[in-house]
Amino acid sequence: MTKVTLQRLSKVYPGGVRAVDAVDLEVESGEFVVLVGPSGCGKSTTLRMVAGLEEISGGTLTIGDRVVNEVPARDRDIAMVFQSYALYPHLTVSENLAFGLERRRTHRSLLRRLLSRDYRGAAQREAEEVRAKVQRAAATLGIEPLLRRKPGALSGGQRQRVAVGRALVREPKVFLFDEPLSNLDAKLRVEMRAEIKELHRKTGATMLYVTHDQEEAMTLGDRLVVMRDGVVQQCASPREVYARPANRFVAEFVGTPAMNFITGRVELSGADARFDSPAGSFDLPPELARAAQASGPWHLGVRPDTLRVAPAGGASDERAAGAPGQASASVTLDAELRLVEDLGDRVDLRLVLRDGSRWIARRPSSERPALGAVSVVLDLGAAHLFKD
Amino acid sequence: MQRKAKQRFALALLIVGAALMLFPLWWMLVVSLETPARAGAATAGAGLMQLWPSDPQWHNYPDALAEVGTRRWDGFLDALANSIVITTLVVIATVLSSSLVAYALSRIDFRGRGVLFAVMLGTMMLPPQVTMIPLFLLFRSLGWVDSILPLIVPAFFGNAFFIFMYRQFMAQVPEALVEAARLDGCGHLEIWRRVMLPLCRPVSAITAVFTFIFVWNDFLGPLIYLHSEEKATLAIALNSFRNQYGGLEDVQYLMAVSLVTMLPCILLFFGAQRAFVEGLGKGAVKG
Repeated sequence: MTKVTLQRLSKVYPGGVRAVDAVDLEVESGEFVVLVGPSGCGKSTTLRMVAGLEEISGGTLTIGDRVVNEVPARDRDIAMVFQSYALYPHLTVSENLAFGLERRRTHRSLLRRLLSRDYRGAAQREAEEVRAKVQRAAATLGIEPLLRRKPGALSGGQRQRVAVGRALVREPKVFLFDEPLSNLDAKLRVEMRAEIKELHRKTGATMLYVTHDQEEAMTLGDRLVVMRDGVVQQCASPREVYARPANRFVAEFVGTPAMNFITGRVELSGADARFDSPAGSFDLPPELARAAQASGPWHLGVRPDTLRVAPAGGASDERAAGAPGQASASVTLDAELRLVEDLGDRVDLRLVLRDGSRWIARRPSSERPALGAVSVVLDLGAAHLFKD
Repeated sequence: MQRKAKQRFALALLIVGAALMLFPLWWMLVVSLETPARAGAATAGAGLMQLWPSDPQWHNYPDALAEVGTRRWDGFLDALANSIVITTLVVIATVLSSSLVAYALSRIDFRGRGVLFAVMLGTMMLPPQVTMIPLFLLFRSLGWVDSILPLIVPAFFGNAFFIFMYRQFMAQVPEALVEAARLDGCGHLEIWRRVMLPLCRPVSAITAVFTFIFVWNDFLGPLIYLHSEEKATLAIALNSFRNQYGGLEDVQYLMAVSLVTMLPCILLFFGAQRAFVEGLGKGAVKG
């Protein structure tokens, strides 16, 4: 069981491009941490620095009790699953699984095997151990029938399993996953996601996982690290990141469909606050009023599944242009329903507000308002305010 | 219909081309099995060639081979052994050294890599005649003349053309494979030996075949460096034999020895044909 600590870890490429900027992260022993963010946010670079595949420009990386900044990749006792699987095409599945173990065998000298009986015995015991470990890993992942095949004769899902097996068989201190499911189709991705989670539960190993898919991140991680431009935006449990995003970027990135926003001005007067925007004006409830620390431009965000859509004029809540000083838990804005997207058990309603903002409301498929003018009801209790 | 006609035309063209290419080989074979009189007449154009000799003189082969060099049989066997030793060592050395240099040029990031690569390519522009005398002087000062060392040792320093070919191939191997090997505990030498070299099999096949054919048939190198008869290669022995039996009356012997000399190259080419064609394709197109 091993803890991984990143202290102000940075990567600056020649030419001054700062790919990772002073990342602080503590991955507890046995924890499953997911680095998530859009392409180019520095998540893979961070992972590669942990793996030893990328030189560290600044900061300290500790695996267990040892600072490993200068330790070569092979001596860090970590295993990595690559996006492209990186299986050796000229070796069979069994040889692929055994490759790392063979390199770590201590009794490999052919000459000494010929000359010394003891040495030969030790070498045979080692070989037996390698075989047993390969068999165990293959059994865990259900790839025993594939052991004699070469990677070229495997499907994408099977290759992915072998790639995980190659990491598993080494029994490393830390597992690293670099977008391992990106090349799989949607159905297989969901299946493999569950298998990786199950593997984590079984092994209890420390795992660091990189993905750009926020759904994958939410379902897999004990903790998410949301990154942007090489900087950590938020590091918290999936629930926390979803419910209390640290900033607008996190709010927009996490959740499908993305959070809806309107931009307006918050005017504070004592404990009360009023939100004014071209889409509508209304008083903010006390918790949002407290969140708005200063008057000025703010973004109000609401999740698509917290919105209700009613026929125009049909909502009985406070109108957006309602009387000042009467904060309500919900508020109604005028909008135009442009499109209804049927997703089977639910519908996505595509709306345009008065100020031109494009919103999505996610509702049960039984709710299917007519296209045209509608009222959108915001639950302000579930809304968020962001400065930028 | 039109496609079929095109295919037939292409096939006919290929057959005619192949026949033209095979004609000298067939001619050599037939002449090597003829009686002295008929062989001489065929060479002088005085008699009609038969598709196959009516009375093949198989004893021409042992008779001819026994007469290579000044010592009966030994001349041929020595030359054969010398050719095999030199060719085998040069082929192994060229494959290993060229692929190792190419690995460094394609996978290790070091200062001046581009310049070194350009300089190496530049050596391909130098005709061998330019370096012949300086090299001879160098090897003479080392005391290597009349030994096989000048023919073998340079092969351990790589061949610019094959390094280029290996490098192009290795550049296409995904970086993730190399990184996976690093995480699996391999250093550069092990990555080269256990990952790159097996993946470069088609290029190694081409390198081996080209090198084999070149070294086996090389006349100038052994002529310059090997002076004793017992150190001569087959190419040198064949040349001496030609001086001895080049006349019209013994041409069947010359053809017999020539055919035996060529045989390994022909067999190797047919044997490695698949890997050869595959390798040429792979070197050019992203695989």
